[in-house]
Amino acid sequence: MMPYMEIGYLIGSVSFVLGLKMMGQPDSARKGNLVAAFGMAVAVIAALFFTSKGFHVISNLQYIVAAIVAGTVIGTLMAKRVQMTAMPEMVSLFNGMGGLSAALISIIEWRHLLHTSGSPEAMDQAAALPIGMYIPIMAGLIIGTISFVGSIVAWGKLNGKIGDFRFPSQQIINAVVLVAILGVAYINYGEFNATHSSLYFFVTIGLAIVYGLLFVFPIGGADMPVVISLLNSFTGVAAACGGFLYQNKVMLMGGVLVGSAGTILTVVMCKAMNRSLMNVLIGMAGGNGGGSTTSASGGSVREVQATDVAVMMKYASKVIIVPGYGLAVAQAQHVCHELENLLEAEGVDVKYAIHPVAGRMPGHMNVLLAESNVDYDKLIEMEHINPEFATTDVVLVVGANDVVNPAAKTDPTSPIYGMPILDVDQAKQIIVLKRSMKAGYAGIENELFFHPKCGMLFGDAKASLQKLVNEVKAL
Amino acid sequence: MEYIQAIIDLIAQYEQQNTLNLIYLVVLMIFVGIELISHVPSVLHTPLMSGANAIHGVVLIGAIIVMGNASPDDTLSLVFGTLAVFVGTLNVIGGFVVTDRMLEMFKKKPKGEKVS
Repeated sequence: MMPYMEIGYLIGSVSFVLGLKMMGQPDSARKGNLVAAFGMAVAVIAALFFTSKGFHVISNLQYIVAAIVAGTVIGTLMAKRVQMTAMPEMVSLFNGMGGLSAALISIIEWRHLLHTSGSPEAMDQAAALPIGMYIPIMAGLIIGTISFVGSIVAWGKLNGKIGDFRFPSQQIINAVVLVAILGVAYINYGEFNATHSSLYFFVTIGLAIVYGLLFVFPIGGADMPVVISLLNSFTGVAAACGGFLYQNKVMLMGGVLVGSAGTILTVVMCKAMNRSLMNVLIGMAGGNGGGSTTSASGGSVREVQATDVAVMMKYASKVIIVPGYGLAVAQAQHVCHELENLLEAEGVDVKYAIHPVAGRMPGHMNVLLAESNVDYDKLIEMEHINPEFATTDVVLVVGANDVVNPAAKTDPTSPIYGMPILDVDQAKQIIVLKRSMKAGYAGIENELFFHPKCGMLFGDAKASLQKLVNEVKAL
Repeated sequence: MEYIQAIIDLIAQYEQQNTLNLIYLVVLMIFVGIELISHVPSVLHTPLMSGANAIHGVVLIGAIIVMGNASPDDTLSLVFGTLAVFVGTLNVIGGFVVTDRMLEMFKKKPKGEKVS
């Protein structure tokens, strides 16, 4: 008899590692994703149709298949329909679904445990509750719930449905809630045989929900990617708890892999923003930087017309475009590429300067611009483009703000102080496309806009770029 | 002393359940995860996060096992279990499709390109 189920799980586990490895390189990334998806399919089939003893169709197959079909159809539709710009919140939403699944599993297993170990027959034996099952169940419940609630809040925040929400001594309250969760879970263990056991269980769920809310509410929108990445690794750990519970190696390996990879990814992202993880979690920046008053600089902004900018760019020898979230929101990547082509045709050297956290997520801009067929070679990362600004005639900042804010270098009281920025002020001319003078995501003033070399072209990024395209064509 | 005894009991219990093997697996996978992510260009961070997001959808297997264990007359377990399978599938399918859409964008680039 062949252990088909074990083989299926093994294929699943190996393909997760292999897939994630391949996803780390641009050339093989897409294939890597498919490899991981294939492994998942094999593991699911193994779970449905095999046990370690051989072929055996699982009970309740009709409900399971119905749920899988519904999930496949709806999941595919959601993922296909979503705009490229809304990807981050979509990832967050799917992450929350994984957390919810883990929490639901724990709830069912808890009831199961109550009915078997908690039954009168089992009550006679001391320590009827197996701790080896209790810990994974509770850990899966708590982490899964936090991940679910947190991801939903993150999703709402990225959509703009939920604003920042802070109150004094929030960190202390968070810590108290966390301790309370662990405390109640511990009491629940001790009181297992008592009739009120389920009460403690539900209190644990309630507290975990509260913690999930409090955990994400105060974090500024600019830090959302970091939080999503962190919640992502939480869900991985919740899945791993299921692996412990069922002694299931594919769940364990997949879950731990994501837990550890996600944590490292979170740290790497923080580094790209020059922030510590602690700093992000406590919600230091992202709007409440106490000391940063508006450094009005006394100057006034200079508004420019599209015609002037078009002339300026057409006769420049080198133009660098700095894309930001504004470009993403306005869906301006295609018209941006059109402008680039026009200028190139005039013999202008056009490049894109990509800040590590431009947009809302690392790599967000690359994905968007690649969507509109911008040549990969033209997307230059920060450390390589920064020396080039000195020899640049025109820098076109399209809907970016904090990543070009000189306060990150000059003003120690600024919440973004220390974050590496694009040195656009080195260029001969700076043109900023912006809807209004409103502050960026970090909620702080940008003195670059008051710089004598800087001109502002107000309006929606797409509309402004379209105007520029028309003007360049007309010249 | 009480605590030490408790810890010893705990380890004994784990050993009984063959869980100790799993702990080795956890430790090894942590290292694998760190190793895989450490040298990745920042361009790929978003797709990678999304890909990892799809992989933890493996929790779906757990949801399937729960359903397999539920007795047909335990309605509450069946309802919750079906919901768990449904949202788990959303996580898996949605995660992989979104990742594929992101990575599709990277296809047209010329080969031999080096990022950072």
